[in-house]
Amino acid sequence: MKHKTFFWFVLPSALAMLLFIFLPMVSIVVQSLHVSHEQVIIEVENCGPFGCRQSTTVDQEATESLRDAKPLGQFAGLTTYMDRGHLAVNEVGDAWNAARGWRDFGGRMLNLPFYKAMAFTLTFTFVVTPLVIILGFLIAVAVNSATKLIRGQLIFVSLLPMMITPLVGALILFWMVDARGIVGAFLQDISGDPNLSIKASTPLMWIMLMVYGVWHSAPFAFIVYYAGLQTVNTETLESAMIDGASRAQRIRYVVLPHLLPLTTFIALMQLMDNFRVFEPIISFSASAHATSLSWAIFNDLGGETRQLSSAAATSVLTVIGVIILLTPVLIRTWRDFGRK
Amino acid sequence: MYSWKNFAATTAFAVLSGTTAMASCGVDAGRVSIVGNEFPAIKTVAAGAASCAGLDVSSNLTADHQKINVAGMSGDPAEYTSAIIANSSVVALINEDVVRPLDDLVAAHGADIPKNQLITIDGKIYAVAFMANAQTLAYRADALEKIGMEPPATYEDMLAAAEKMREMGIAENPIGGAYKAGWNLAEEFVNMYIGHGGEFFKPGSAEVAINNGQGKAALEMMKALTAYMNPDYLTHDSNATNAEMEAGNVMMMNMWGSRMGNLMDDEGAEPEVYENIKVGAPMTVGGGSIPASTLWWDGWTVAKNVSDEDATATFLAMKNGVSPSILTDETMTQAVWMIDGYTPGPVNDGVFAAINMSAQPYPMLPFMGLLHTALGDNIGDFLQGKESAEQALTDIEAAYSSAAKEKGFLQ
Repeated sequence: MKHKTFFWFVLPSALAMLLFIFLPMVSIVVQSLHVSHEQVIIEVENCGPFGCRQSTTVDQEATESLRDAKPLGQFAGLTTYMDRGHLAVNEVGDAWNAARGWRDFGGRMLNLPFYKAMAFTLTFTFVVTPLVIILGFLIAVAVNSATKLIRGQLIFVSLLPMMITPLVGALILFWMVDARGIVGAFLQDISGDPNLSIKASTPLMWIMLMVYGVWHSAPFAFIVYYAGLQTVNTETLESAMIDGASRAQRIRYVVLPHLLPLTTFIALMQLMDNFRVFEPIISFSASAHATSLSWAIFNDLGGETRQLSSAAATSVLTVIGVIILLTPVLIRTWRDFGRK
Repeated sequence: MYSWKNFAATTAFAVLSGTTAMASCGVDAGRVSIVGNEFPAIKTVAAGAASCAGLDVSSNLTADHQKINVAGMSGDPAEYTSAIIANSSVVALINEDVVRPLDDLVAAHGADIPKNQLITIDGKIYAVAFMANAQTLAYRADALEKIGMEPPATYEDMLAAAEKMREMGIAENPIGGAYKAGWNLAEEFVNMYIGHGGEFFKPGSAEVAINNGQGKAALEMMKALTAYMNPDYLTHDSNATNAEMEAGNVMMMNMWGSRMGNLMDDEGAEPEVYENIKVGAPMTVGGGSIPASTLWWDGWTVAKNVSDEDATATFLAMKNGVSPSILTDETMTQAVWMIDGYTPGPVNDGVFAAINMSAQPYPMLPFMGLLHTALGDNIGDFLQGKESAEQALTDIEAAYSSAAKEKGFLQ
């Protein structure tokens, strides 16, 4: 492609990336380095329908000129990153000094919001991503070997979990696993424990969230693999058959190597998506059991007083986390590319 | 639990007042744009404001109003000319300096607004209240009769009644509560802590002070109550808790006055259930005399960044929205209205009892929202037995302090 053609071809997406990805990133980085101006708190009398009482309020006039001069707030450097809500440097140090052994140290770390969120986020990412890839591949192979007559319907049904809005899909599952729901009641029945409740137990809630994650994302892996299967060289397959390769051997030595680049692609997308796990935590009302970085951002912005700097710092940490997660995959892709 | 009857009625009302009964509100031009929570009483108010002739009135009523009102009022001119808020959320608007003091407008157009409806902070009027709300007891009269006990006046009584109901097999989990992790759970702690006579902050400062005997007692009482709740309690908000009561599983709970109407109407439950649901006074706890509940008002504000004409139009339209003309048979029971001509029904007994027992209003402090968030995030670990009450209180204080430093309340 000529350079000029290439330039005009990528310009729209480059512009979109600049506007919707690069500028917001700059914005969160800048925001996370600032905190609100010092608020002057004064004692006042508040009156309302239920009488008057002594109270406190913010002296707006005292901070107005400061705010007008520096609307971003005061520069704070990395303090927001280091505070208890994020990397909690001091608290981790204290925990290290006070801990009696590794187990105790782990417990203390999980009491800090950032590490608690990371524990779930990473577990979720590293359990769900491989399962999605395996399940998606199995579905693709199964659908591909089905007779042409029902293949269309099979594809449609297999894609359903991805078509359903994540919040709605998670809500349906949430009601099913309720102690009075069909799955919840079934579990109580087979375990013989009438008080068994998925929503009340942290391990069961984690499992539930991961099951949902796999259910929701498997169609993505399926459709990519299914497309890939259409491009497998039939001549190679036939010659393998003539050589006496079994179905399993054909998949192992012909299909899998062919689909490997696709696996890298799916792994990349899934690592990114799963690291940002958010909707199921909201739909399952699971925040008492599991939190993620995205949930922490939502929680910072959802309170009556919005914590913009805290949310921005968590966003930057999420971006850094995604970069770290993707580095091995990207290096691998780069090497493959270079080899060719 | 949402009542479709109410919805149909308010919509019909809005349509009616929008077409046939265009009232003159003393102003004939201006832009009015309302943002607020979505429940029947607020819909009625918005419809009342929309009935002003000649004004361009629009409203955006949504449960997510708190996420959009500050942003929607920060621009110049502001997108929303009025936000309908409660005593907890008005603080966020005042902190961000997006609502205007109403003293001039009240002097010019609002001489007839009763003084106790004017919300003043440091002598300046920031909002006009139009309804009161509080969490009070809701109970099943038949279940209490079976165990031969009076409706509980204290949380200790409630525990005793619950134990008896469980023993007699009336209900496995007779207590209900909106204990969903987050805002609801924090609100229950606020109630319980106030009931124990606790103060949230050191006087005159933003320094939190809940790690004390009252804080511990409040947490222990909450944990004792959860032993008689549906094990899923950390996922139950007000809607889910109401549904549990309407399903006949819950016999006693602390519930919002504004939601009692839905419990006692003939929809969503068997006659045996809804006929026996009664409203009682809020409970006290730990031998205290102040109810373990908070008083709330809902009121309207006017945005700062709008032209004076639009501000006047908004003021007059909102004033019309909370005028006696909005009271009909249908709207009368929607809330405890602070409007002339309002006659309370049995559903409203609890809120009046709370006012008479001099329940405390929810603290209207600039940094209370940060503490509320910290409470909602950290109490769950204690209730699940993952950590001690002291540790939970330490965590809450630490989480609050780091947030308050970021917002400039603490140095």
